[in-house]
Amino acid sequence: MSYTCGLLPVLDQSDDHQYEMSEYEGARARWCPGCGDHSVLTAVQRLLAAEQLIPEQTMMVSGIGCSSRFPHYMKTYGFHGLHGRALPVATGIKLHRPELDVFVTMGDGDCTSIGAGHWVHAIRYNLNMVAMMLDNGIYGLTKNQTSPTTPQGFKSNTQPFGSILPPLNPIEVALGITNASFVAQTAEWVPSHLYATLRAAYKHKGFSFVRVLQRCPVFTPAIFQKAVQDPTRINLLVHDDGVVTPDLDRIYQTQTQHDPSDLAAARALAEQTDRINLGVFYKDPSKPRYEETRRVTPRTPAERVALLEKEFARYAV
Amino acid sequence: MPAPSATAAPAPPKVLRVPEHTVEIVSDSGEGAQKCGQIFGAVSAKMGNGVWTVELIPAEIQPPPRVPEGASGNRIRVGEHPVTNWGDRTHLVIAFNEQVLLARHRVDALADDAILLVEDKWARSDDPDIVAAWNAAMKELSGKHYRIVPVAMEDECLTIVDNPKKGKNMFALGLLARIYGRDMELIKQQIAHAFRKKSEEVYAQNVALLELGFHWAEDNIDIRVEIPTHPSTKPQVVMNGNEAIGMGCIASGMELCAMYPITPATSVSHYLSEVFEKFGGMVHQAEDEIAAVGVAIGASYAGKVAFTVTSGPGMALKTEFLGYAIMTETPLVLVNVQRGGPSTGLPTKVEQSDLLASIFGQTGDAPHIVMAPATIEECFHIMITARRLAETFRTLVMVLTDANLATGVTPYDKPTLDEKWQAAPLDLAPVREGQKAYDWNKETGLSERIIPGRPGGMFTLTGLSHDDRSKVAYSSDIHQHSSAMRSRKLAVLQSLLTPPTVYGDEKGDLLVVGWGSTKGAIEEAVDRARKDGLKVSALQLRFLSPLEPGLKEIFKKFKKVMTVEINYSDDMGDPYVTEENRRRGQLSILLRNATLVDVDCWGRVPGEPLRPMSILEAIRGRLPRGGAA
Repeated sequence: MSYTCGLLPVLDQSDDHQYEMSEYEGARARWCPGCGDHSVLTAVQRLLAAEQLIPEQTMMVSGIGCSSRFPHYMKTYGFHGLHGRALPVATGIKLHRPELDVFVTMGDGDCTSIGAGHWVHAIRYNLNMVAMMLDNGIYGLTKNQTSPTTPQGFKSNTQPFGSILPPLNPIEVALGITNASFVAQTAEWVPSHLYATLRAAYKHKGFSFVRVLQRCPVFTPAIFQKAVQDPTRINLLVHDDGVVTPDLDRIYQTQTQHDPSDLAAARALAEQTDRINLGVFYKDPSKPRYEETRRVTPRTPAERVALLEKEFARYAV
Repeated sequence: MPAPSATAAPAPPKVLRVPEHTVEIVSDSGEGAQKCGQIFGAVSAKMGNGVWTVELIPAEIQPPPRVPEGASGNRIRVGEHPVTNWGDRTHLVIAFNEQVLLARHRVDALADDAILLVEDKWARSDDPDIVAAWNAAMKELSGKHYRIVPVAMEDECLTIVDNPKKGKNMFALGLLARIYGRDMELIKQQIAHAFRKKSEEVYAQNVALLELGFHWAEDNIDIRVEIPTHPSTKPQVVMNGNEAIGMGCIASGMELCAMYPITPATSVSHYLSEVFEKFGGMVHQAEDEIAAVGVAIGASYAGKVAFTVTSGPGMALKTEFLGYAIMTETPLVLVNVQRGGPSTGLPTKVEQSDLLASIFGQTGDAPHIVMAPATIEECFHIMITARRLAETFRTLVMVLTDANLATGVTPYDKPTLDEKWQAAPLDLAPVREGQKAYDWNKETGLSERIIPGRPGGMFTLTGLSHDDRSKVAYSSDIHQHSSAMRSRKLAVLQSLLTPPTVYGDEKGDLLVVGWGSTKGAIEEAVDRARKDGLKVSALQLRFLSPLEPGLKEIFKKFKKVMTVEINYSDDMGDPYVTEENRRRGQLSILLRNATLVDVDCWGRVPGEPLRPMSILEAIRGRLPRGGAA
């Protein structure tokens, strides 16, 4: 693989340019009013401005679904791919161009249903990127079908008498995968927590999986309504190595000091169903990253020809 | 009844001077027959013979011993001149038991007068079932005029080693070395190479067994085969088609092979996994076929063209992503090493049944390039062409090979490498003022692509219908126009191709058209037909989408045109089959559509390469009075 950092023309640019949030804005977002996706979009644009990411060095990759329109609304390079397949594409991009900052947006169907296999393996590969699962517990774009994270009993067009199975717990799944290096949960209706979590995910070197709890204003407006109205139903996981949001202390007084290096504690927290835990469950920056374990020395055409001549000698008649 | 023992008083050897001979070494799986065959083939090539080697592979890894289905080994066709295919029937076999020999007999692989050297310890077994099986086999084999020569291989090996199971293959190699007059020094070099990771002791023991076999044949076998040699004046290399694909990929400058294991494609990645990193590349074994193509598309989109390699079932799984690459004009190379289908089909066996699925198998209108190498040498060169076409035409290039090319081994002239074959370094300069994601040339549909990292070029790639700025667009005008732009590229490519060259006279009674790995067998059949005075020529196509130009003009000069393909087609005369409902060979469907010529077809799906003699028979069947003069 080529490492092209030396060629990057950005090095010639004046480095005093300050990117404003507005410079990351692409097409006007066409999600429904009240959709949680808007919050995530704003948080990501704010993050990019805070980190002063260079737009042309930033990749937004997505699958298919409402949330996968995300790249169109950013002014970076974007890859609006196939349903469930954002992660393989992001893997290919990051393998070939490790210098790019890669953000992946998936929905719950995208990530935990049709793309579940890729999700498991992307966590194992642990490439350095941020993977956001915008989880509103429903298929929205195709109009109200049950997803793996739909609450049990919830009535949809495909399960009109109520969702049959208990919902899949994506945090438990992620924490169960070997080589998981960053697993966090946040919520669309707590913007400062959302922003802080995404920022921690970006800062983490490795595959940062962030589940964003969302409501679909059309099909699942009520799923988190109790938690929205009653902050005591939410438990903030706080730690200096995780997310700290002092501005939320007054509203969210239920808090747990949780050291994100403690996997057993993280799994215990993930199993809790009586409350919603927001924060960084687990973080281990020492986990091997695939783009680094697979790093190879780039070759020039001349070197390659010389080596290939040697290779042909092995096959000489 | 056992045949008379060869250890009786030896007659002076009978020397057979022939332009070619076909040899098989067959055994139970894991007895080393393949190594013996490979070394025999390699040494024959070094000595200046034409060689075509194919592996005989059972479908299971460890089939039970002494069953016909377990037959494993090599078939080596050795000729005075270059050998382009596996030929018709085998002339001499070394079999480690009579059951694997039966397997070859039952598929009509053996010439009527074949010489069969067979381990005879089974005839003397303490197990009455084994003796009965031996006797039954001898009876079945006695229906032909085979010459059966029992050889006490293990007993002989026991005179110098404790475990004759290991090393019997070297004894067999010694027999072949004597019978075919092979250069023992060259063989020892090959053994040294094959056991380079083992101890000196292992090498010495193998050489001792080799010499034992050699001397045993000297004293006990009265057959000598002489095939004239013509050492090549040009440097040559010898490899199978999958290795050639791998080397071609390196020579093209591609740096990523994303794959998922599937027979018979996997050995491309085995080869690359061993060497690719040295060349600055990598093999990514993805979690599934879909991820493999997704990773390749992601990498291609972000920079240099990447490739994925698969076989039929894998290609089916990749279909949605292939449409995406075409829709977004993301260059991509896909190699499909075809096997028997549909479904899981014949995983280790050759077939050419994926042609139409390759061209038309994606949903929506999905124009892309499909090519097929006809020889192992072309497997190398086609990768360079494929990479370049994918980049220039911003589309998917499919390369269709098959199990015949994948496992066939033959020498070819060493390519003269060129740095210009390789992809250019990534251009990360700012885009031109006003440059769009798809700056379609309205005539050609061609455009320059923009990769991430280029300042000012930010856009979002999408598989949704889009305008030239890659903005999602549902308007009918835009969809019509963008469809035309993607389609036009194929017409442009065809305009750049030269009409293919007819093998033989440019006019005559019958033109046989093939594609892919059948070239050698078709041309050999045509040569034989022409020797018999038949006015037959051949044409082999490398481009299937777009088709090569000028076909209609070529076809006009023949009274009849037919395809020969390794895919299923109805024969006229089959029950219920009529001109209208006949299911035709896949290439013939394409040719009929493109030329409106009444192209006939002949196809078989035997799970093995076509034999020239079968093709010759088909040719005769299509000519008046069976081609009789």
